[in-house]
Amino acid sequence: MKIVGLRLATTAVFALAFAFAVQAADRDEGGNSPHGFQAKLEYCKTCHGLSGEGYRGYFPMPRLAGQQPKYIENQLRAFIERRRVNPVMFNVAHVLSPSTLASLSEHFRNLNPEPIGGGPKDHMALGKTIYEQGLPESNVPACSACHGPEAKGHEEIPRLAGQLFPYTLKALSYWGKERGLGGSRDDTSAIMVPTTHNLTHEQMSAIAAYLSYMK
Amino acid sequence: MKRITSKRAVLAIILACAANPLSAQESLPIRNCTWCHGASAQGYTSAPRLAGQTHRYIENSLLSFKNHTRDNPNSKQYMWGAAGNLSRETARGFAVYFSELPASPANDGDEALATEGKSIYVDGRPDSNVVSCIVCHGPNAEGFEGIPRLGGMGHDYLKRRLEQWNEGYHAAAEPMPRIAKRLSANEIEALASYLSFVR
Repeated sequence: MKIVGLRLATTAVFALAFAFAVQAADRDEGGNSPHGFQAKLEYCKTCHGLSGEGYRGYFPMPRLAGQQPKYIENQLRAFIERRRVNPVMFNVAHVLSPSTLASLSEHFRNLNPEPIGGGPKDHMALGKTIYEQGLPESNVPACSACHGPEAKGHEEIPRLAGQLFPYTLKALSYWGKERGLGGSRDDTSAIMVPTTHNLTHEQMSAIAAYLSYMK
Repeated sequence: MKRITSKRAVLAIILACAANPLSAQESLPIRNCTWCHGASAQGYTSAPRLAGQTHRYIENSLLSFKNHTRDNPNSKQYMWGAAGNLSRETARGFAVYFSELPASPANDGDEALATEGKSIYVDGRPDSNVVSCIVCHGPNAEGFEGIPRLGGMGHDYLKRRLEQWNEGYHAAAEPMPRIAKRLSANEIEALASYLSFVR
């Protein structure tokens, strides 16, 4: 009886200590710390837009709103592991703890601003056709087969709907030079090299334009 | 007869001179700008260099002086009046004219701080949530569309602009107020120094 009581008391003490530790961590994450969730969220939004809609600077900064959390987490790891080359994001990825990263990607997943649009409108129909049906004669599969009929993505496959036109265009033209480097087994982006290599620049532009207006 | 011919020739020359690149120089009162910004628009003390600036940025700036969203003390004192009656077309004319002038760097920052300034410009300060400048202003601080060229502008102007975001001026110019509020005084000094040397 005594022993049981002691055990209970010990458990209670541990439980209390744990509760305080968790509270302290929460305060750190949510408070004024430059490493907390709130500070990092503002940091992301400075470049990626207040609603995660993206921003067109000298380099296009991609839309994160509605993006698949698994894709975001995988890409941030890719920056650190140099599977994806981007000096700015390499630095950014290093200051995000796994738990902050999880909260950030969950936050962006739930945002849904209007797309910025901006792609040239003259080949939208071609873009839609390639997205939905591919180009069988050139061995280009339909984008929708993996990215979904509404281009919302799934797990590590990214959402494309509403993405900035120059961003998608550049991604399509640079497969194998910017992403999927190092041959890691959990990096599925290498699959995009053979998927896109038969596309002409005009066809890439049409796809990117079509996606830039998609909600 | 001979006299008439030579008179006609003179007249023709005068007309040719007047009619030729009448364009910007003659149809726009450029001289009103150069009193402060300098004869070749390279800037002078608190008046920034206009030469080589992106035309979209100059045009937007002139219109934001007119609608008073650019509101620091110098803007109020000089530019509100200067831009008060500008039409969009005239603003565009000025913008294109100045954007095409060759620019030379001010080189007036502290050389000892240039390396630190460059590192902030390129990488930001991820630990204190300072974003990289390169992503918007370009690898050579050349600007992009409505985003200004910063390379080679005067140290004092750059420094004051960076300080003024934090003082509440030009609050409409998102995202700059949010970016600059995270910069320390030393970081501002280093950035302004580095940029003044960029060609």
